[in-house]
Amino acid sequence: MKGNSVTSESHAVRFILITCTMCFLALFLFLPLAAVFAEALRKGWELFFASLHEEVALSAIKLTLITAAISVIANTIFGVSASWLITKFSFRGRSLLLTLIDLPFAVSPIIAGLVWIFLFGSKGWFGPWLTEHQIQIIFALPGIIIATLFVTFPFVARELIPLMESQSNDQEEAAITLGASGWQVFLRVTLPNIKWGLLYGILLCNARAMGEFGAVSVVSGHIRGKTNTLPLHIEVLYNEYQFSAAFACATLLALLALVTLGLKSLVEGIQKSETKDRNPLH
Amino acid sequence: MKPHQIIITLLSLSILITSCGKSKQSGKTIKILNVSYDPTREFYVEINAAFQKKWDAEHGKHLEIEQSHGGSGKQSRSVIDGLEADVVTLALAGDIDAIHQQTNRLPENWQTRLPYNSSPYTSTIVFVVRKGNPKAIKDWSDLTTKGLQVITPNPKTSGGARWNYLAAWTWAARNYAGDQTRILDYMNRLFKNVPVLDTGARGSTTTFAQRGIGDVLLSWENEAYLIEKEFPGQTQIVYPSISILAEPPVALVDKNAEKHGTREVAEAYLKFLYTDEAQDLAGKHFYRPRNEEIGKRYLTTLPSIPLVTIDEEFGGWKKAQKIHFDDGGTFDRIYQP
Repeated sequence: MKGNSVTSESHAVRFILITCTMCFLALFLFLPLAAVFAEALRKGWELFFASLHEEVALSAIKLTLITAAISVIANTIFGVSASWLITKFSFRGRSLLLTLIDLPFAVSPIIAGLVWIFLFGSKGWFGPWLTEHQIQIIFALPGIIIATLFVTFPFVARELIPLMESQSNDQEEAAITLGASGWQVFLRVTLPNIKWGLLYGILLCNARAMGEFGAVSVVSGHIRGKTNTLPLHIEVLYNEYQFSAAFACATLLALLALVTLGLKSLVEGIQKSETKDRNPLH
Repeated sequence: MKPHQIIITLLSLSILITSCGKSKQSGKTIKILNVSYDPTREFYVEINAAFQKKWDAEHGKHLEIEQSHGGSGKQSRSVIDGLEADVVTLALAGDIDAIHQQTNRLPENWQTRLPYNSSPYTSTIVFVVRKGNPKAIKDWSDLTTKGLQVITPNPKTSGGARWNYLAAWTWAARNYAGDQTRILDYMNRLFKNVPVLDTGARGSTTTFAQRGIGDVLLSWENEAYLIEKEFPGQTQIVYPSISILAEPPVALVDKNAEKHGTREVAEAYLKFLYTDEAQDLAGKHFYRPRNEEIGKRYLTTLPSIPLVTIDEEFGGWKKAQKIHFDDGGTFDRIYQP
């Protein structure tokens, strides 16, 4: 931190501000994280691994991974096509679509869960039809996936739209002039331009999909070993006084979050160095 | 790695994971789902293991019993919304009545199909206080002391909370000789002392025992003993002068069981709750066994105190539900958050 003409505050002010920020960070970020790990290991490593190895815990982990994988794939496809549509074309209802994409951010998770009960619950709009055809959506895997999809809907699109808006259409237009098909333009020109933003969006989407509690809790039915995702399983363990086991599973989620953040900063680093490399060409 | 390679890898990974999930199904397994309320978690773990062993030995098929727990009212709501329970083991008859009224998945006379009002075990409502009873809480009259904090869940969502409410009402009705205004005034003062209303009994227990909030917890008797076990030396149980006989009923959800082809095993499961083995497990988990012989073994932990029944005191659950807990009932009148 060298003396900068723009920031002319005295050392004392700077010192106080930095200390405040650091204390705040320590209190609200590091302390809870440390508490999770400490609580998890309170009764030793053996119990820590045992509680992750339990059948219901394994099934919760598996359910979480399946849900996250499907949500990420579906929302990647949706996100890319939506942002492609919104940024490369102008059409009626464009801003409406843009607003709708943000809807899941604005809606409380409990509503995001309850709407599916109103639609697919046995007393809901499509309930009788579903019962007749023996299709179970709520309180089963499909319901959990739908709720997660809804909640993680905007992540990829929201990440891509500003990026694609900032890029001009010149390269695509040049490719089309040179005889490339639409698909070729997308794969060879658009995708390479947005890949890091896309990856970043996918990471965020994945983190949320794995951690979602509220909406999933409403549609899950809480059947242990069957419809409890990892966050719900943690709640169950906590309610059964198995605090160490609950925190052991919580560490798993915390680790996933840390890995996601690590990957995120890696992606950001690569992104920056690439734009630096490219700049001289312009 | 190129972007489309990433996508392909992700796709194949997900297919791999999904196929892992499917390999679990097999023809020799039969599954039933028991949707229960909060404090029965530990009890049904043992019941399920015992019944499973018995069933597997007798039928040569593997039985899997799936469990779901939560506030009784919430669980009943889930079954109404399509949670496919083969049997429900809830906190009070009103919640099973609701399933009948809303979905007709079980007949109206469900409660007469098994002995003792379909309640294989009973319980009651007691006080849990901090060790040494620093606030000297002895009876219902002590709960309205100014500044005291009483922990009880929300009667709108929790079965235990409704029993708590009616137990308090029972005492007040006797103490004020049935004077409605004075009873309501007592209930009002009692709920003024409640700082948080959790949705289920277990939530209230963790609020009181783990988070250390409150001076007294109104609790299921069995839950109270569980707290002593989980948090040794921190709490003690106080039996009030009068309480209510809580009859948590069990029922087969006919339409669901028929759809799954599990009627036979589900019925056997519920009947098993009345056997000596299960009655003894009930006592062990601090439920009051219906079987008197077995009940005698547990008299030291589960002492006999004056208990009123819902039928005698309140004219049954339907009436009590309507007067006290439905919208506009006495609870809505006395409780303003």
